[in-house]
Amino acid sequence: MSDRLFGTLTIVVALAYIASATQIKMAFFSDPLGPRWFPYIIGGVAVLAGLSVALRPDEEPEWPNLLVTAKIFFAGAVLVAYALTLKPLGFLIPTALAAGILSFQIEPRRLQAVLTGLGLSIGLFLIFKYALGLGLFAVPKGWIS
Amino acid sequence: METISLLGQGFSVALTPENLMLAVAGCILGTIIGALPGLGPSNGVAILIPLAFSFGLDATAALVLMTSVYYGAMYGGRISSILLNIPGDEPALMTTLDGYPMAKAGRASDALVLSGVASFVGALLATFGLILMAPLLARIAYLFGPAEYFALYLLAFATLGGLGGNNQGKAVIAACIGLSISMIGLDNSSGMERLTFGELHLIDGVDFLVAIVGLFAVTEVFVFIESGGKHSAIGVKIDKITIPVRDIIRTFGTMLRSTVIGFVAGVLPGAGASLGSFMAYSAEKAIAKDKSGFGKGDVRGVAAPEAGNNAAAGGALVPMLTLGVPGSGTTAVLLALLMTLNITPGPMLFEERPEVVWGLIAALLISNVVLLILNVPLVKIFVKILMVPPWVLLPGVTMVSFVGIYSLSGSWFDLLLMIAFGALGFFLRKLDVPTVPIILGILLGNHMEDALRRAMVISGGEWQYLFSSNIAIGLWVAAIIGFVAPMFLRKFLKKPDAVPD
Repeated sequence: MSDRLFGTLTIVVALAYIASATQIKMAFFSDPLGPRWFPYIIGGVAVLAGLSVALRPDEEPEWPNLLVTAKIFFAGAVLVAYALTLKPLGFLIPTALAAGILSFQIEPRRLQAVLTGLGLSIGLFLIFKYALGLGLFAVPKGWIS
Repeated sequence: METISLLGQGFSVALTPENLMLAVAGCILGTIIGALPGLGPSNGVAILIPLAFSFGLDATAALVLMTSVYYGAMYGGRISSILLNIPGDEPALMTTLDGYPMAKAGRASDALVLSGVASFVGALLATFGLILMAPLLARIAYLFGPAEYFALYLLAFATLGGLGGNNQGKAVIAACIGLSISMIGLDNSSGMERLTFGELHLIDGVDFLVAIVGLFAVTEVFVFIESGGKHSAIGVKIDKITIPVRDIIRTFGTMLRSTVIGFVAGVLPGAGASLGSFMAYSAEKAIAKDKSGFGKGDVRGVAAPEAGNNAAAGGALVPMLTLGVPGSGTTAVLLALLMTLNITPGPMLFEERPEVVWGLIAALLISNVVLLILNVPLVKIFVKILMVPPWVLLPGVTMVSFVGIYSLSGSWFDLLLMIAFGALGFFLRKLDVPTVPIILGILLGNHMEDALRRAMVISGGEWQYLFSSNIAIGLWVAAIIGFVAPMFLRKFLKKPDAVPD
């Protein structure tokens, strides 16, 4: 079933891709092929491959159960939050939080996770800032001035 | 003669104190990366590229560092295979078959030393193979026009899809995902925007490093959380390092044969180190008179895959440097590095930037010697690294990936895109869709389109032009065979399942 869905989804996305490729603006003078044909070819090939997967599916993969799925989504949300806060909040605080949470997700021990978060955050900051010379801010910019 | 003087020039580049230091650092880092389960040559190199770039290394220095990491990871992969029965990376999968039983039988140190020596023999001879073959292939590459290049790119996708995965359709979908992503951004010939959907962040296209780190490193986070730390196995302890001279002499023939097989597998586009070690092991088992020991700790079963995969690592550099077509996931990542450094691989590279090519080759020879020292007498230090628990390792790797990509562009958009690639990679891995063709597609998409469009300009839009030379026809035939033949061979050639290298 998963492969049938995946194949069908591929076909739908490929057709949408071809449709958006028809909207590519042409230059005044263009080469014989132009900027649209290569995307058309890719889309066409993808439709065929999608058909082949949808019609001849492999064995069903083992999907994670509800709890594990929730854990994975939560980890994804933590990473997104990390990506969005890294600039405004500086390196140390978001890194400590994100690393700690991920560590806790792998092995649920509180103290161990807190120490991992703090250790990684401070340790990596020192390496990145002073050994590699990257321009990172430790804390929110407002705190310094 | 010319080769020797060029190589001498290369050594004068590689032996500067700075580059020598980078080579040693790269070897140590690479061995660690290879030894850690879940981190292999491709994701290890991928995570480090943005850092090397922001560190401001020049082209040769960055290449020296990264190829040392690459070779180092190929060496290091065996350590956890032998001691934990967990391959440190995919090519080391075959080493678990005899390495772990040997360690359980109390011969862990012998297995580590023997596989270290086999790695050295394989990598060293393959580097010589690279020295002999690369200039030759570069000369042939001069005959390539746009029609031939288009067929060559097709060949890379075809063999990668044919050999790398279990289902051709899925490999094609993966290649199409990569190619379609590469189209996003400004069109090379007309300068017009394509498929950006009005999003300002997409005008420059999708940075391949963002995709690579997302697919290789962030995906690992999700896989790890799913598996719930099943990776923690009980390891085998080692006490003293001794050198099993008799075993080394006895397996020398094995090492040489495996090197040849591995090198050939490495040169073929798309095949890579995993196939090299698999074929070397299978061949050695097939010709052995007494097969009963294989799988129970036979020394030949330890030497063969290690010589094979390290030889393949050297072989995979041949098509990457001379034609700009990578032979494996890791060389795709190295190609990404070259492109980031504004170096275009191909025959012109040998003419215009000989210091880069020969400096790189000299660095490979030096790092091999360094790696032999690190991996035979000093191997005990690296064994300690295996004790880093996953709850420190995984968050650490994730944070390094984020900072690496963040330091490249400073944009949250790239970070979100990287997470999206990580999620995509997780789904695709569940569905048994290979991710290396996606990387190859993003890397080669614009070149492939360019070749096709230039071919059409030359011919005035005649499609037959694509098949107008013997080289082009040969490449098309090879591509079709490479794609179709594995469907029939699959019954006989059962590849062990694991993630691509």
